[in-house]
Amino acid sequence: MFGERAVELVRGLHRAADGHLPPFSEDGIRQVLEEMKALYEQNQADVYDRLLRIRALRWEYGSVLPNDLRFHMSAEEMEWFNQYKKSLATYMRSLGGEEGLDLTQDMKPPKSLYIEVRCLKDHGEFEIEDGTTVLLKKNSQHFLPRWKCEQLIRQGVLEHVLS
Amino acid sequence: MEQLDHMESNLKRAKHGDLKVSIHRMEIERIRYVLSSYLRCRLAKIEKFFPHILEKEKSRAEGEPSILSPEEFAFAKEYMANTETYLKNMALKHMPPNLQKVDLLRLVPKPNLDAFVFLRVQERQENILVEPETDEQREYVIDLEEGSQHLIRYKTIAPLVASGAVQLI
Repeated sequence: MFGERAVELVRGLHRAADGHLPPFSEDGIRQVLEEMKALYEQNQADVYDRLLRIRALRWEYGSVLPNDLRFHMSAEEMEWFNQYKKSLATYMRSLGGEEGLDLTQDMKPPKSLYIEVRCLKDHGEFEIEDGTTVLLKKNSQHFLPRWKCEQLIRQGVLEHVLS
Repeated sequence: MEQLDHMESNLKRAKHGDLKVSIHRMEIERIRYVLSSYLRCRLAKIEKFFPHILEKEKSRAEGEPSILSPEEFAFAKEYMANTETYLKNMALKHMPPNLQKVDLLRLVPKPNLDAFVFLRVQERQENILVEPETDEQREYVIDLEEGSQHLIRYKTIAPLVASGAVQLI
């Protein structure tokens, strides 16, 4: 049980008559410090694991996280996320061409040019290639260029209809 | 990337509804997908092994080429600084100061160089030293014939991958 040894040492000190100094337990101290070290390392690993999940959120949800997820993060984690976003954006912009290459797009091999999508929530107007606009109203269905829809599908605004 | 841009600007000029447009679009998407996948994979590896990769960069000899592009290197350094700052803040906030400082090289798992990989030989190699698997075995040498395929521990042939003498498959 964690902390047992430490409690033992403290109890020993308490039990001793006022002012009397019990023998210094080098073993005891060493064991406690080792336990502290193990706990610390486990905690570090857990904390780091959370960071890896937060990093995955950027790739899953995009640069703006849904509110309920945000409340699950500490201020420091949020700061890490913001820095990560910036770093990633800088890197992607450097990838040649005029605006760089958005690596968070094109996550799946292209199967067809256009796909059938259903709108899950009202999203307002959406402009496509040739300049025409489409009104994304809840439950409306559209036949749109796949690459334009990718991000909206990931955000849960559109749903790919597979018939 | 330049090819992608060139194709995109061609498309903008082409007539709307032209069949060529669709085919070119498809091609652009395929190229973009392959390129993105490759760069994504590199980035994921950099993030996964960042302290070990940066350590390797630090100890790189003068003439040796870097395994990272300058932009990737900048990204890796930023990622390291960001993660270090975060872990230090967490440690300071919650832990008594007598505990060890953050050791990223220990915290982040190293890449497993002992893993088995498939390879195809591009240039004939002679006298490759193979480590024994068990205590009863001894180390031995093999020759790698051009065009042959093998399943071998990455560590054994790592320099050959770097030189292009073998190709991982």
